[in-house]
Amino acid sequence: MDIYLKAGVISLEFLQSIKMAMRSIQGNKLRSFLTMLGIIIGVSSVIVLISIGQGSSKAVTEQINQLGTNLLTVNVMNSDIVKLTVEDAEKFRKIAGVKDLAPVVSGRVNVRNGNTSTQVSLIGTTASYETVRDVQVNQGRFLSDIDVDYRQKIAVLGANTAQTLFGIDNPVGQYIQVDGTSFKVVGVLASKGGSMGQSGDDVILLPLSTAQRLIKNTNVQTLYIQGKNAEQLDWVMAEVERTLMRMFPDHQDSYSVFNQQDLMDTMSSVTSTMTMMLGGIAGISLLVGGIGIMNIMLVSVSERTREIGIRKAIGAKRKDILLQFLIEASVLSAFGGVIGIALGLAVGQVLSKAIGLSVSYSVSVSLVAFLFSLAVGIVFGVFPASKAAKLDPIRALRYD
Amino acid sequence: MTTPIIEIENMTKTYQLGGDVVHVLSNVSLRIEKGDFLAIVGPSGSGKSTFMNMLGCLDRPDSGSYFLDGREIARLNDNELAVIRNEKIGFIFQNFYLLPRLTALENVELPLLYRGVKTKERQKKAYECLEQVGLLERAHHLPSQLSGGQQQRVAIARALVGNPPILLADEPTGALDSKTSQEIINIMKGLNEQGHTIIIITHDWEVAKQAKRIVRIQDGHLFESRGDLVGISSVD
Repeated sequence: MDIYLKAGVISLEFLQSIKMAMRSIQGNKLRSFLTMLGIIIGVSSVIVLISIGQGSSKAVTEQINQLGTNLLTVNVMNSDIVKLTVEDAEKFRKIAGVKDLAPVVSGRVNVRNGNTSTQVSLIGTTASYETVRDVQVNQGRFLSDIDVDYRQKIAVLGANTAQTLFGIDNPVGQYIQVDGTSFKVVGVLASKGGSMGQSGDDVILLPLSTAQRLIKNTNVQTLYIQGKNAEQLDWVMAEVERTLMRMFPDHQDSYSVFNQQDLMDTMSSVTSTMTMMLGGIAGISLLVGGIGIMNIMLVSVSERTREIGIRKAIGAKRKDILLQFLIEASVLSAFGGVIGIALGLAVGQVLSKAIGLSVSYSVSVSLVAFLFSLAVGIVFGVFPASKAAKLDPIRALRYD
Repeated sequence: MTTPIIEIENMTKTYQLGGDVVHVLSNVSLRIEKGDFLAIVGPSGSGKSTFMNMLGCLDRPDSGSYFLDGREIARLNDNELAVIRNEKIGFIFQNFYLLPRLTALENVELPLLYRGVKTKERQKKAYECLEQVGLLERAHHLPSQLSGGQQQRVAIARALVGNPPILLADEPTGALDSKTSQEIINIMKGLNEQGHTIIIITHDWEVAKQAKRIVRIQDGHLFESRGDLVGISSVD
């Protein structure tokens, strides 16, 4: 009971001190604002930069996840040396831990519907591509094994391709010209968004056998291999590399195998390093803001020497004076922190709207930035406050 | 006879000024009874200010003893002195020394704030003291909105609010015209009649002669106004 009473009194005194601190801050608005500006800039830049860092890391993660789950990608860079046939590609199915795979022949083709034509990426593949790459069919159906077996002249359009050629009309059942040959559209994919500079939606998918004939190339350029689970993926990758090495000895430079997880780890370590660097730079500006607070508090102490003398004469202890100036510095920096957070969130919004930067806010970052600004206020307030507390009342009273 | 409220024995204070040692107070002794109204007069440089700092527990003597309200305070540390000042002494200064950003009421509350009195209680007492000096209707004015006389009355209320046994006034009329000065002196006389012990430090004889007892300070020695030596100089 007594403790509660005492706590109540202390918090009341504390409120009173904050009220007093606010009043002396209000007493010199311009100066207080300029002092806070350092903290405001510091906190808002911490918020903005970390939000951008986290946003881009989230975006990268999403993009990589879009590639498919438990995915290994074999890219053939030099198809003159590494001639990977479809039959070769199918051999990888025998590796334990491989769930499915999808060979891809690719190229650029011109597609036309009536008078509208556009250049898109051609993906010639099998029915497995749908599950391996985790693509969603929006309208109609995906390629089937029969299409591949019978070299059907059918096509599945990427979202953008369908949009460009047919506008809002339903393309399913319509015919289009692909490099002059007529194809029946059987399906349209859902939009996937771009990933690392390539748009996943400006594509046309044809049956593998049809595509081989169309672009007069039988070699597989890309082979997507889906592992059964994430744990086995490293092992599968090693096996794939070994098999490739046996198939194409001494040509490791002409193909590459990469693991989605590795890519993700690399990317996230890059972005987290970037985030930390950005945060660090912003933290330094917060520190500079703290020095600003110390500076102005020192000025304030010497300006208010008389006041300190009066307070001491009527019974203020060292602790009282120390607390008064410490609270003032903290209130100043806490205010700066709050304004800085608001400004940081606003600037983040503007950046994401204006230049399409992906921004990701987190409450914890805002909270940490606020607490850091408060800590800066307290740390840099201690020296001026203790200087005030140590003043000799007689000298302080006589000070002009 | 009751115990005196202030009992000073052989108080000395010296300062180093360049290479010289200046005896600002030399073996000063003084007794002040409860309910007294004492004026301490002296020209500038007489040691008056130093003596007032000693009386007000703002400074410590080099030697000698100082009993205030029965307590030896000559050897207390800074924080203990702050508590003594808060509880035992009400200061009234020449230039009022009100805090410019606080209202009259808040200025009066200040000593109680440092005593840890709760807000309601604090405000109640502050209002009472403002009423006592006739400034109740100005409670929420800032010092800058008050005349000099009013400011000094606020300062008196602030000195009274903690109910200290001693009111210590340092040139309380120094910044006021003679009419307002008289008003302030009258308030102090009234307070003295109510039983407050009052010490006024002044160089103004018009003020001093209204006190019950006058003590003169010169070159660090104290004399009763009639001229007899109050402080005992170290002749023997």
